[in-house]
Amino acid sequence: MKFITRRLATYAFAAWIAITVNFFIPRFIPGNAAEAMMAKFPSLQPAALKAIEIEFGIGKQGSLFHQYTSYLVNIFHGNLGISTNFYPATVTSVLKQTLPWTLILVGTATVISFVLGTVLGILAAWRRGGKLDQLLPALTFLQAVPYFFLALIAVEIFAVHWHIFPIGQGFSLGFSPGWNWPFIQSAIYHSILPAITLIVTSMAGWMLQMRNVMITTIGEDYVLAAQAKGLSSRRVVWTYAARNAILPNIAGFAISLGFVVAGALVMEFVFSYPGVGYTLYNAVTSDDYPLMQGIFLVISMTVLVANLLADVVYLIADPRTRRGSES
Amino acid sequence: MSTSVIPITAVPPVGKSRRKFSSYPLKARIGAIIVGVFVLLAIFGPYLAPFDPSATKNTQAYPVGPNWTHLLGTTAIGGDVLSQMLVGIRATVFVGLTAGVIATFLSVLVGVSSGFLGGASDEGLSLLTNAVLVLPALPLLVVILGYLPQASNLVTAFVLSVLGWPWGARVIRAQTLSLRRRDFVAAARETGESTWRIIVSEIIPNEVSLIAASFVGTVLYAILTSVALTFLGLGDLSNWSLGSMLYWSQNGNAITLGAWWWYLPPGLAVAFLGMGLVLLNFGLDELGNPRLRDATGQHKIAGHVWRPADPTPVVRDSDLVKRGLFTRGFAALRQGVRPVRSSVAKGHDVETTIKGNADG
Repeated sequence: MKFITRRLATYAFAAWIAITVNFFIPRFIPGNAAEAMMAKFPSLQPAALKAIEIEFGIGKQGSLFHQYTSYLVNIFHGNLGISTNFYPATVTSVLKQTLPWTLILVGTATVISFVLGTVLGILAAWRRGGKLDQLLPALTFLQAVPYFFLALIAVEIFAVHWHIFPIGQGFSLGFSPGWNWPFIQSAIYHSILPAITLIVTSMAGWMLQMRNVMITTIGEDYVLAAQAKGLSSRRVVWTYAARNAILPNIAGFAISLGFVVAGALVMEFVFSYPGVGYTLYNAVTSDDYPLMQGIFLVISMTVLVANLLADVVYLIADPRTRRGSES
Repeated sequence: MSTSVIPITAVPPVGKSRRKFSSYPLKARIGAIIVGVFVLLAIFGPYLAPFDPSATKNTQAYPVGPNWTHLLGTTAIGGDVLSQMLVGIRATVFVGLTAGVIATFLSVLVGVSSGFLGGASDEGLSLLTNAVLVLPALPLLVVILGYLPQASNLVTAFVLSVLGWPWGARVIRAQTLSLRRRDFVAAARETGESTWRIIVSEIIPNEVSLIAASFVGTVLYAILTSVALTFLGLGDLSNWSLGSMLYWSQNGNAITLGAWWWYLPPGLAVAFLGMGLVLLNFGLDELGNPRLRDATGQHKIAGHVWRPADPTPVVRDSDLVKRGLFTRGFAALRQGVRPVRSSVAKGHDVETTIKGNADG
């Protein structure tokens, strides 16, 4: 279990960095939420500044250490402060509204692109020089293009020109979010184009890596032996070669999650999608510091938990890690 | 020569002699040319710009398509797109290179010390590297830049490099770990060389190709991320860059107006620059690893078509193992020696294979 304790230590440390950075940024950089609030409502008297600071809990009360500990206590109670933009809503309640949008769309898109990319990578490696293999230069190009640029062009072609998909937003006007079929239909319709752009851009990486590892694995003696035994191609590909070649992809899955989140953030901006990324963008442009910090914290923690899950999958997939021979 | 005893080291070593440009791998040449053009544009572009990029025409209210006066058309308020490009490439390349230099310096510093010193410092530095690696960089950048009142290009580059070093550090650590146990390092230690001197004159020169690859990778990351950040409106919008051009075109509804000459050129420029960097990285991989280069073509041996796995844009340690091993097996096969592959199956790591690569 050395592997898992080591990983846990890493994530605990990463979480601590995220929390601490979050705590110190506003204290080292000029400008704070109370001033932003004052600027937003010019009718407020200068004396109100103190009251706002206390209300938001952002003033410089007590020593730095005292502030830090109370900050930690607040986080563990899920108390992330009050959003200045959606006043008097708390950051937690804003997140509760926006998080499902991102988790469902980005989560689904990530899983689809991982599965699709891995399977296509396996097939490309198995049929060297085949049609699928010849797509690779195009895929390399996809990796070098900024995501938002592709997304913009997709919007231009499919939404502006051909009117196949809506230009943006999470659902059509006139619907209210809830568990009713017309709304869900509308939400799915609005999520197709963003999902496709996310899948297309992130699939290339999985496919390239899977193909490269797979090619090496196919050259292994045990694969040759399996073929010599007369096993069917399908059995050789999936249970002999792919089973072993997939390990680096699973390990890579954990690390690439950060990039997935980044892509999602820009995606939500391009499509005005009502998720966490777009809310973060709005929070930044309107100087809603508590919301900004809360969102960053939630994104970091989500990524860390997803990493941990990927590690558990890796642990199941690779018996060597269980024996503790991981270096 | 009897075929069965030819050692793998029979592959000719890379000489220090100057090579002709045409003898480099094709990918590296194409990549180097693209990147070179962009660097030249970054240096001379602003002097070539036919118009003042910020000049506007009050009489104009809509973007004008390409014509002989404005080769790439104008923005909605009459700014010359070509001039904005020529001026803007400099800032984008500047951010990429600056972040690349700082981040690579940090990667080498952390990677080499972690791998060479070992023990508790290795544990600590690896923990730091892995922790920074899993932090979602873009949201953190957004928050930091959101707090900063003025995000100049230099500040953006600096923040990017603070978060961009762990990738390189991991790869360099793995390489250092294997170099440390090599005979020549032991010999240097025996002759009483100081740790500092061993690192500078024995370890680092053997990692040059890895460091170069990590530099190119970081520049790519920095350019793509800074363009995305500027596009979101969080970077330096007061100066022209490819990112700020895209921001203003988005702001001016270039897409809904159908003004393709406004948003396509900067976007494609970023894509080409990125492509050039990716290709350059492929090429560097092949240069640094003679066996990869040895096997660039397609060969038919014993009825099997053998090609090396295409290098991936980012050098990860696991890739290194796989590719190095594959091509070593390949080189051996060509000489009629059966490759030994059992080491991977047992979970042996970077050690064995990189050793095989570097002593060639």
